[in-house]
Parts: sequence; structure tokens; C-alpha cells
Amino acid sequence: MLEKALTGSKKYWAWIIFLLAVIAVGLVAYFKQFNYGLGLTGMSRDVSWGLYIAQFTFLVGVAASAVMLVTPYYLHDFKKFGKMVILGEFLAISAVIMCVLFIFVDVGQPMRILNVLLYPQLHSVMFYDMCVLVGYLVINFVVGWTTLGAERKGTPPPKWIRFLILLSIPWAFSIHTVTAFLYAGLPGREFWATAIMAARFLASAFAAGPSLLILLVMIVRKVSKFDADPPGVGAIQSLVKIIRYAMIANVFFYICEVFTAFYSNVPGEMAPFKYAFVGLDGHASLVPFMWTATFLAFLGIALLVLPTRKNKVLLPIALISVFLANWIDKGIVLIIAGFVPNAFGRVTEYFPTGNEISIVVGVYAIGALILTVLYKVAVSVRTQNDL
Amino acid sequence: MYKGGKIIASLIIFVAFLTFPFFSNMGKANAGPEALAATVSQLAGKQCVEPASYMRTNHMQLLNQWRNADVRDGKTVYVNTQGKSFDISLQSCVECHSTQATATTTGVSNPVLNTSSDQFCVSCHTYASVKPTCWSCHAGPEGATK
Amino acid sequence: MSINRRQFLRRAGMVTALGLGGSFVITGLRGKKVEAAATSAASEYGTSKNALVAKHWAMVVDMSKFRSEEDFKRVVKSCVSIHNIPDFGNPKDEIKWIWKDDYEHTFSGGENEYLTENFKELPFTVMCNHCEHPPCVKACPTGATFKREDGIVAMDFHRCIGCRFCMGACPFGARSFNYRDPRPFIEKANPDFPTRTPGVVEKCTFCVERLADGLMPACVEASNGGLIFGDLDDPKSKVRKLISTRFTIRRKTELGTQPSVYYLVGGDEHA
Repeated sequence: MLEKALTGSKKYWAWIIFLLAVIAVGLVAYFKQFNYGLGLTGMSRDVSWGLYIAQFTFLVGVAASAVMLVTPYYLHDFKKFGKMVILGEFLAISAVIMCVLFIFVDVGQPMRILNVLLYPQLHSVMFYDMCVLVGYLVINFVVGWTTLGAERKGTPPPKWIRFLILLSIPWAFSIHTVTAFLYAGLPGREFWATAIMAARFLASAFAAGPSLLILLVMIVRKVSKFDADPPGVGAIQSLVKIIRYAMIANVFFYICEVFTAFYSNVPGEMAPFKYAFVGLDGHASLVPFMWTATFLAFLGIALLVLPTRKNKVLLPIALISVFLANWIDKGIVLIIAGFVPNAFGRVTEYFPTGNEISIVVGVYAIGALILTVLYKVAVSVRTQNDL
Repeated sequence: MYKGGKIIASLIIFVAFLTFPFFSNMGKANAGPEALAATVSQLAGKQCVEPASYMRTNHMQLLNQWRNADVRDGKTVYVNTQGKSFDISLQSCVECHSTQATATTTGVSNPVLNTSSDQFCVSCHTYASVKPTCWSCHAGPEGATK
Repeated sequence: MSINRRQFLRRAGMVTALGLGGSFVITGLRGKKVEAAATSAASEYGTSKNALVAKHWAMVVDMSKFRSEEDFKRVVKSCVSIHNIPDFGNPKDEIKWIWKDDYEHTFSGGENEYLTENFKELPFTVMCNHCEHPPCVKACPTGATFKREDGIVAMDFHRCIGCRFCMGACPFGARSFNYRDPRPFIEKANPDFPTRTPGVVEKCTFCVERLADGLMPACVEASNGGLIFGDLDDPKSKVRKLISTRFTIRRKTELGTQPSVYYLVGGDEHA
């Protein structure tokens, strides 16, 4: 079926070539980093995780969000999502591959990365993270490819696929829970050591992932003949309901965190929030990001609650707001603020370098390339069968 | 042949890529390990940690075992098959297998990229094209950056 | 010959997998045979006769012996010089195994506005606490940092993949990462101890290599009595006596990691 990705319009190829160019720039930047060391990034002794791990954390959420389509459709027979599920699964594949790539570029000795499998440490959350992520990738790939292949032949998919599909449901929850446990289990980091971390992660994932998916469905509608939500089906609006409640839950959980920190008045609990919202000890680089995210979060919720959610222009704006709010919260603030203040109560700020950003953009481009190719295959199969 | 032109052209490019290592190394003489004795400062009566024939086939495994024993198990002494004790350290090797007194490799940067020298290890390793990364951390005989 | 592309690819894939898998198995078996030969040949591993052993190594820091800047410098220098610790000249890439910080920040979490400046700025020597329940060891996915039987939290630089999870896990900020090549920044390299490559995490190791040779850690020797090192499990050791008779504090005990570095603050000389 891969050959379907090799034929396309001029615009398709222009997009592919653009992505390849961006990837090339990222590769050059990565080689520079490989030769010099991670000192080429903005990370330091105090802020030892930066943009790479932050993007990984965010993308695990996007990958997990496929479950918001799979569960209704396969488990509860919610037929409306029928045409969108494959797009959700392929988005998950692309997201997980980006996760693995972000880990790879972040690690100091990438050539030794198999040590995690050669010398497994059963007490380490990171070991489990690697296992569940790889497992999720395999599941989604097998499920997506098999169901699509069956569709192309015009036959129903094999019976065993249902087991894998049902397995993917708790598995999706587990990948993001394990990732949250990476942070929630660390005793010295008060910003992260909170019981609600996994719940926050899931809520924000189920808001951000499906938002991105709907935006992708809209793009696919424009660039091809495939409409994952034909008029009258209402799949998008159903998914909007899920996003709306997930985002409300996410914001509510965040408010819970803020309340616990500030009402209890414990300095260690308050400090990172102060750093994010108003600055700490004169350092305030995250403040504009945090407030933008806050504004976008409420804007998104409002637009998704009011009848504006049905509006052709305001719905994409709402979805972009929700996505960006979550991206800023997880992909910028969460990781950095966890290291502020450091173990000695001091503030060290983090500013990503140009090289670092090139690598980040390069990895996103690889993800976009994989997504494009997979979507092209899916769309070609669907439009060929006139489904 | 359908699309024969493209297929044949691609095949030629593919074969070129595949055989590139052979072509690029053609004509570059790479002496096998012959002048070993010259690079080993033989002290009277001194023998290697294990017999030479054993070391030739197994020094890699022995080094790995030494590494794990010393770093992870805290065992710093090795008693060989003949009952002789050795300090588990690369210096036990470098003492003999070097052309001058142990020196450091300060100032040498990233191990993945470094090139030649005329130390003992190099004589076999260049020929076999095996690049262990010991000297990126451990102080070897001067110049042994492989 | 009527074979379609999918069948061809499938067969080629299977043959490749068989070939690769087979070659791995053969290499693995050959490796196992060599291992067996190596270990069966009656060789053995042991420790040196003068090695210092203990059930639980611990350190007591007597800040009264650290009076001048010189005292701190001497102690830090002893560690830096024998362990080839680089000086990058900037706090971002900084690597430090033992250093000094003031009271307010070492024992942070209790801002006290009535504490006078001279107390807030009291200097303390800090290093890895070699906790009994180290969160860094729990976090490490490869076992590159591990707790030894004698209580020391050790580093295996060969296995470290540089994921820096341990740095996030350490509540005490004791760990440093090699963000760049350290070799050009080492003032005078000690050939008897390796340097590290970029991409691995490092920290104080209570001088395990010196303990194996029967020597006290370098900082202890250089401290002129300011650092007392011994076996907490031995009721006759100096550290055990100090801890049971004088008032000591440790960093962040509420986290339950059970640090093995104690700071003498109360008692006769300090009354």
C-alpha cells in the first residue's frame, strides 16, 4: 500500500520536498550536537531537561489521544467515528515515532541507548516508558495497516485484530500514565511530585490530541477528496464534545494544583507556580508563555461551549487555542518550571539555543513527513473505494 | 522492460553505493600486525595477564569482565590461570604494551573522530577496523587515541 | 515465473530475517563459548588486602574546622585534581563533585527572616549524600548508577546513556552532566584515573578507588579533620560515636532518602 504515497499532485511533492529540506537542516544541527555534546543546547547543570524532553512529554499525550476515537468506535460501536479512526491511529504512529526521536536526540550517549533493554532495571519508570511506547507503536501500526489493507481489498479485517484494538485502549492510558509517573515519582521536585499529575496529563492529552486530529481532518478535506466527516454524520461535533470536557477537566485540575499550592502557603509548592506566573527572584522568562496559555485555554473552552463551536471559522480557532494552550503548558512550562527553583533554592533560567530549535523543528518535520505519507495511503485507499 | 531506463540507472547507483567501501580503500596498503615485538617493551620474564594465544582471541571479553568486576563489583584484583595477581586497570596493560611511559591523552577531543598512532593496540585494530573507545576516557600511552 | 511484488518482498524479508537472526545466534553462541572458556579457566577476582571495607560508609562534616576560604579550596582541589574534574568556567556546563554553599541554600525550604546574615551565609561543604534510599538509583534505567553493598552510590560511566533522569531525581543537586568534552578543560590530568566522555553523568563517589587501596577519600585527607569518614554500622567508629553523642543535621530528611552525610552543628565547641 505504500506505493500510494509515491503518486501525488505537484502540491503534495512540494510539501514533501519542503519537509525533507527542514529535516536536512535538523540533521546538520544534530550532527553538530553529536560532535560537540549537549552543551550546544540551553540545558545546564540545574535545568537538565529542556525542549527535547518537553516535546516528548507533549507528544506522548497526542499519541495516547487516539484512544478517544478507538474507544467509542470499537468498544461502544459509535459508528460516527468510523471514517476518522484510521486517521487517529496514524496520528498516534507519527507521534510515537517523534517521541522516540526526541529521546534519541536528548540522550548524551545515543549509541548506548540499547543498554535500557540489555540491562533492564525493573525499578526504573523510564524502562517501562520505553517498553510501553514501543509496544504502543507496534499495536497502532499493526492495527492501522491491517484494517486499511483489509479495506483496500474490500474484505472485513481478520478476527484477531479486535483483540489488539481492545488492548490498545488501556495501553494508550498506560503510556501517558507511565510518562506522568516519570515526573510524579521524583521526591525532590515539588512542582512535579503531585498525585494529580497523571490525571492532568491524560486530560490535557485528550484535549490537545483530538483538537489536532480535527484540524488535520479539515486539512485533508481541503487537499483531497476524502471527507472523514461527511455532512450529516456529525463526527467532528461529537469529538468536540470530548475535547470540551477534557479541556475543562484539565483546567479544573490545574486550578486544583494552584489552590493546593497557594492556600497551603508552603514555599516549596508555591515557588514554581510563582516562577511561571509572575517570575521568581527577578527571573520571569516563562511568564508571557504561561499567561498566553491561560488565555488560550479559557478562550478555547468558551468557544467550544458556546454555539461558536459550530462556526466554520471559530471552530478551528478554538481548536488551535486548545492545542496551543496545552502545548505551551506541557511542552514549555511544565518541564522547565520543575527545575525552578533548583535543589539549593536558586533560579537558573533556560533558553533554548538556535541549534536546539533546529533539531526540534527537524524532528517535527520527520513526524509531519510520516504523517503525510500515512495519510496519503489512507486517503488513497478510502477514495479509491469511494467510501 | 517496463521503466527499464530508471531501473537500470537505479541499479547502477545502488551497486556503486554497495561497493564504495572497496573502491575507496583500494590501493591503500594496510599492514597486518607484523612488527608487534617492536612495540612491546619486553621486560625480562614478564608475561601478559594471560598467555598470548588466549589474549589474542579473548582480550575483548577479558576487558569487559575486568570492567564489570572493578566498576560494578568492586573487585580490584585479578588472579590469572597461573595464580599471578594483577591490578585490574588498563595501566596493567599499558605498562608493557606501550612505547613510552604512561602519559595522558589530555587535549584529545571526541573519541569517535580520532585517527592514527603507532601504539601496540593500533597495529591490529586499524587492520581489523575495530575502534574501541577506551582512550576517550582512560589515560593511555601517548598517542593511543583509538 | 508468476510471483507478485508482495510475495517477493515477503520472501526476501523472511530470508533476510533468517540470515540476520541466524548470524546473531551464531555470534551469541560463539561469544558464550568464549565466556565459558574464560571463566572456567581457573581465574578469579578479588579485592586488595588493604582495601577498606564497611557496611555503611558515611561522612560527618565538622564545619568548625572549615574556618578560612583556604580550607574549602584545599578540600575541593583534592577532589578536582585526582578525579580530572574539568573547569569549564561557566555555571551552565559546570561539573562539581564537592563544593561549598551557604546555610540558607544548603538547608533550603525554611526561610527565616530573623536569621542574621552571618548565619544565612554560613558556608557548608556539600557533595553527594550517598543516600540509603537513593532516588537517583531508582530512576536510572540502565543501572549505571547503583548502590553498592557498602552503601556507596556508585557510577558506571560505561553504561550511562546520559538520559539525565538521575539528575532530575536527585533532591540535592549533587550530580553533574558532561555537556561537552571535558579534556581540554582539565588543569592537570591525573593519569591514574580516567576522564569522562561527553554525554555521561558524574558525581562524588566517596573515592571508591582509594578505598580499594586502603586510603581515605581525598577530601577527608585534605580537610584536616573537617571531614570524618567511617562505617556507620560499626559502633566503634568515629562517625557513629559523633552521631550518637553530638547534634547533627542532614539535608532534606523529610524526603526519606536517608542521606549518609551528617553536619555537626551542636555540641560543646559550638555552644
